Order: sequence, then C-alpha cells, then structure tokens
Amino acid sequence: MSAMPDSLAPNAVARVNGVAVAMPRSPGVWAQAWTRLKSDRVGMVSLVIVALFFVLVLLAQLGLVARDWQREVGEPFAPPTIVGADAKEQTIEKQVQVPNVDISDIDPLASYYGEWARRAAEIKTEVQVRKETLPVGGDRIGRDVLAKTIKGAQISILVGITAALVATLIGTVLGAFGGYFGGKVGDFLEWLYNVFTSVPYILLIFALAAVFKSGPLAKVFEGGIAPVVIILGAVGWTGIYRLVRAEYIKHRNREYVRAAEAIGAGHLSRMFGHILPNVSHVVLVQLSLHVVSFIKTEVILSFLGLGVPIDMVSWGTMLAEAQTELVLGKWWQLVAATAFMATFVTAFALLTDALRDAMDPKLR
Amino acid sequence: MLSFILRRVLQMIPTLAGVILLVFFLFKYFGGDPAEILGGLQASAAQIESIRKQLGLDKPVAEQLWIFVRQVATLDWGQSWATKESVNHIFSTRLPATLTIMIPIMILEVVLAVVCGMAVAYVRGSLTDRTVMVVSTVALSISFLVYVIIGQYVFAFRLGWFPVQGWTSSTLTNLAVYAPLPVMLAVLVSLAPNTRLYRSFFLDEIGHDYVRTARAKGVPERAILFKHVLRNAMIPILTNVATQLPGVFIGSFLIEVFFSVPGLGREVFLAVGRSDYPVIQAVTVYLAVLTMGINLITDVMYKFVDPRVVLK
Repeated sequence: MSAMPDSLAPNAVARVNGVAVAMPRSPGVWAQAWTRLKSDRVGMVSLVIVALFFVLVLLAQLGLVARDWQREVGEPFAPPTIVGADAKEQTIEKQVQVPNVDISDIDPLASYYGEWARRAAEIKTEVQVRKETLPVGGDRIGRDVLAKTIKGAQISILVGITAALVATLIGTVLGAFGGYFGGKVGDFLEWLYNVFTSVPYILLIFALAAVFKSGPLAKVFEGGIAPVVIILGAVGWTGIYRLVRAEYIKHRNREYVRAAEAIGAGHLSRMFGHILPNVSHVVLVQLSLHVVSFIKTEVILSFLGLGVPIDMVSWGTMLAEAQTELVLGKWWQLVAATAFMATFVTAFALLTDALRDAMDPKLR
Repeated sequence: MLSFILRRVLQMIPTLAGVILLVFFLFKYFGGDPAEILGGLQASAAQIESIRKQLGLDKPVAEQLWIFVRQVATLDWGQSWATKESVNHIFSTRLPATLTIMIPIMILEVVLAVVCGMAVAYVRGSLTDRTVMVVSTVALSISFLVYVIIGQYVFAFRLGWFPVQGWTSSTLTNLAVYAPLPVMLAVLVSLAPNTRLYRSFFLDEIGHDYVRTARAKGVPERAILFKHVLRNAMIPILTNVATQLPGVFIGSFLIEVFFSVPGLGREVFLAVGRSDYPVIQAVTVYLAVLTMGINLITDVMYKFVDPRVVLK
C-alpha cells in the first residue's frame, strides 16, 4: 500500500544515464483488489446477484417496478399460477319463492327510485377483474405477492445499507479520533464504547425503539424508515470503532504520516487524507458485514412492529403476515419473502468474504 | 488475584455511571413526556400537572438525575406504569421462566457446537467439511423467524408433537411439556453459526507447533484433538460463551414472544409497546451490571482454564 496519491504516479520520471524514462505505472491498491476479485469465481457470481438486486432496488425506488403493490389485483389468497386456481366452492342457494307484492302505492320512497337509479348510473365505477391466480400468489386482500416482495426488498435493503453507512460513519470518525489522538480523547471514547457495549445489543435497540415510539422524535420522523435506520446506526457502530481505532494506532506513527506532518499537513488532513485511504479496506469490509446483519435485524424489528411503519412493506412485515397465513395453508408469501432474502443475504455474505480476501491478501 | 478483582470492580464504576447517564438522558430528552403517557388521552391539564409533581418532573434536571441515581442505588424502581406491578416483582416472577428456557438452550448449544465443530475440524478440507460450510452459510442467511414459524407450524400445529404455546406454574411440567420445542428450535438455529465459529477455533489451534510435535511423537489424531486442542481452544470458546451469557437473562425474546413464555424478554418487549419506561430502564441498568460482572468472572476463569494467563 503506497501513501503516494495515485495522481502522482503517471508523472513519475526516473533518470537513467541522464535520459528521462517514464516509469511503468504500478497498479493501485484498488486495481489489484479488483484483479484478485475477478479471479474469484464465487465472488463474481455473488457480485452479479448483488448487482441485480441493486438494480431491482433502484427500479423500485424510481417507481418503475412494483409501484402498484398496494393494488388488490387478485382474489384474496389467490394461489400461485403453478398451483392453479382454487376449486370453486359450490354454493347451493335455496330459491325461496316469495310473491312479489306491488306496494308502490303505499311506499313513501316510491317517487325517488327513478331519480336514484339515474344518479347511480352517472357515477362511473370501474369493475376490477380479480385474477384467480397470480405469478407468486396473492395475500390476504389479493395484493400481488411478487410486487410486495420486490417492494419489501427495496425497503429492507435500503434500510440495511443506510443503517450500515450511518454506523460505519460514526464508527470510523470516532475510531479515527480515538486512535489518532489517544490520550484524553481516546479515554473518553473508550469509556463511551464500554458504556454502549455493557448493555446487550438487542436491549439497547428496544430502549431506543421505546424512545422513538413515544418521544418528540416520533413526530419528526413520522412514517419513514429514518427511525429504524437511526436506531441500528446508533447501536451498531461499536465494532467498527474498535477495529478502526486499532488501525489508526498502528498507522499514526508510520513514516508516511510523519512525512505528511513534515510537509505541513494538519491533523484532519493526516487522519482523513492520508491514513483513511490506507485503512479503507477494513472500513469497506466492515460496511458490508454490517449490511447483512442490519438487514436481518430490520426484518426481526419489522416483524415485531418496531421497524418500518405499517403502510410500508418489508421482508419482516411479510413474515409477520405469513405466520398466520401458514396456518390457513397459504404458504406462498412465506416462501417468496424467505427465498428473496436468503438469496440476497447469501450472495452478499459470500461477496463480503471475497472482498475481504481480495482487499487483504495477507489474511489468506 | 484479589487486587486484580478489586481494581476491576473499581473500573466498573465509571462505566456504570455512563450507563446511568445514558439511560437517564435518553429517556429524559428523547423519550415522551411521562406525565402524558401516564395520564392517557383523556387527562386534563390539571391532572397532568399533578402527575408531573408526583414524579418530580417539575424539579431541576440535576435533582431529577439524583432521584434516578438513588433509585438505582436502592434498587427501588417503583411501579410499572402500565400494570402498577412493582418492577422488582416483575423481575423476580419473570426470570424463572426465562431461565427455564435459556439454561437448557445454553448448555445444549455449547455441547453440540463443540462436538460438531470438532467433528468438522477433524475432517477438515474433505467434502463433508465443505458441504457443512456451504450449508451453514445458506442456513445462516435465512431469518431466524422463518425457522421458528415453520418449526412451530410443523411440529406443534401439524404433527401435534408439542403444544403450540403455553406455560404453567410448575417448573417440571414446563420443562417436560412446554420448553422442549422452543429449546430444540433455538438450538437447531444456532447450531450452524456456532459450528462454523468453533471449527475456526479448532483449526487455529491445529495449526500450532505443539500439534505438529504431538503428531511427530506419534500421538493419535483423536488424542491430539481431545487432549491438546480442546484444552487450548477452551479460551476462545469461553470468551464466546461469556459474551452470549448476558443475553440469557433477556432470553431469546423472540422465542418467548412466539411461544408465549412469560419471561423477561417478552416483558421488555411488551414494555416497549406500552411505553413502560421504568421497566426498560431497570432492565437496562441491571443487565449492564450483570454484563460487567460476567466479564470479570470470565477473566478470572481464564486463569483456571489456562495457567499461562497472568492476571494483572
């Protein structure tokens, strides 16, 4: 890993026997990592799957797919197409013959019927033809499970990634300050770390969820994914802080940092301009590890009703519905949410492993 | 040894103070107004004012903090806002159910994971090893919820081997009738990640020189694993168990919610739903103390597991 910014490399010139010869540019850290990643077959397949999911999330975010996920397009609990439509229930109605008595001469409303019929005809009603089967089935009120799952993927992945970004940002900044300065600042941050880690993770999430539920912040962030993102970010930074801090302690007295100091780089410039690029592989791997764990936590929180608001759908809220549906024998929502989630999480976890191997060949 | 324990206990004080400050200010400035939560939707302004006075919310912040510190010190948390049950009574009545579920889970988890981890480490590099790794990676990516939903549906609802949910006041009945399914599901779910973790612990040890030496002098592979490697791998295993131990007391709250076990985890979850702040605050502080205590005990136990460890 070189401390030299990449932009300098092409201009580097060596003098051989008084003749200027351009030095061949050596590939940068990221280019090397990319080359190593490309030779990892499992990593590349996972990368493609993860990229496909990201495209799906982007399309859903732009409203190009799964926009009408709330429309009731099918029969309630419409089965998946491969299963075929439910057998029509035979309803035997007994026809009771009641003689039709004309009571219009004593009916006080008789004069209005014509008027009402005319007015009713004026109102246009659209008759929704409900499909008997849907590609992956329908839910309790006939919404398309496939559209729901895609929308759920969008929300769950978005929550996972933004929360991981928040946690990584907090952890990296605090870790940088703690590791670089040490002393009083370091002690204070260590104390903060001890306080946060002495309370079990899930309990801290519960406490924050309680606060967000009834506190003044509940009104500020009403109806969005912001509360769950903030909760996960505020709770999950500790592990990243520890690792980044250790890296900064290792790097702060290295020669390249001293050299930066000698040419007059300030503290912040040294911390984030010089050291950060050299520890960025640690940060990146941590970021992707946290995406996976936050998606799992979000699913559990949404299942319990502490995650995304009720008018949104996430894999967690789908599983919450699926629990009762399963007893009725309607398994498709459970299978759809589980399959999507398992695919994404497995691919992302394998990609993280591949990334770690590619970024830090020493680990092998 | 004694001075080590004493110094560690003294070191806990600032951390505990931090937890108390965190809990106090979190609920004070970010939480809802306790008077409004307690008063309900129908309360008049005068009623809210009187609740405010009763709780001491009209006093300066420093004095309120002092009241809170006194509550912590005397372990008198008052009553739950929702049920008027004293918080300490909630703890003493909910804890047994949590322990009835969690102690068997903990024991089975460790024993099974050690056995499986060692078995997989024994056949390392083989097809079985790689298959187990792939299966556990995939198994890990499926949400815990799915296993519990399907497990409850199949074993309790469909096959009827176990009750779907329930609890009694007799510990023996609970252990024999109501606990087996939740325990079994929790252990099965944790088996894959734990096997993976423990395998890496064993593999780390197998790479060491003393293993090569033992092999060179002709110690059979089995004896190496059980006598040498297991003893040395106890350190990371112990650390792992210790980090999981505080979680035992809040229980696997999901298990308790699914199976209606009247334990501590479910109680905290319900308290979040009811904005029952005293219960949440008390659990948080208690568990922080417990975590610190367990960490200390773990450090002392290292000494017994590994004589090379010097406590300083």
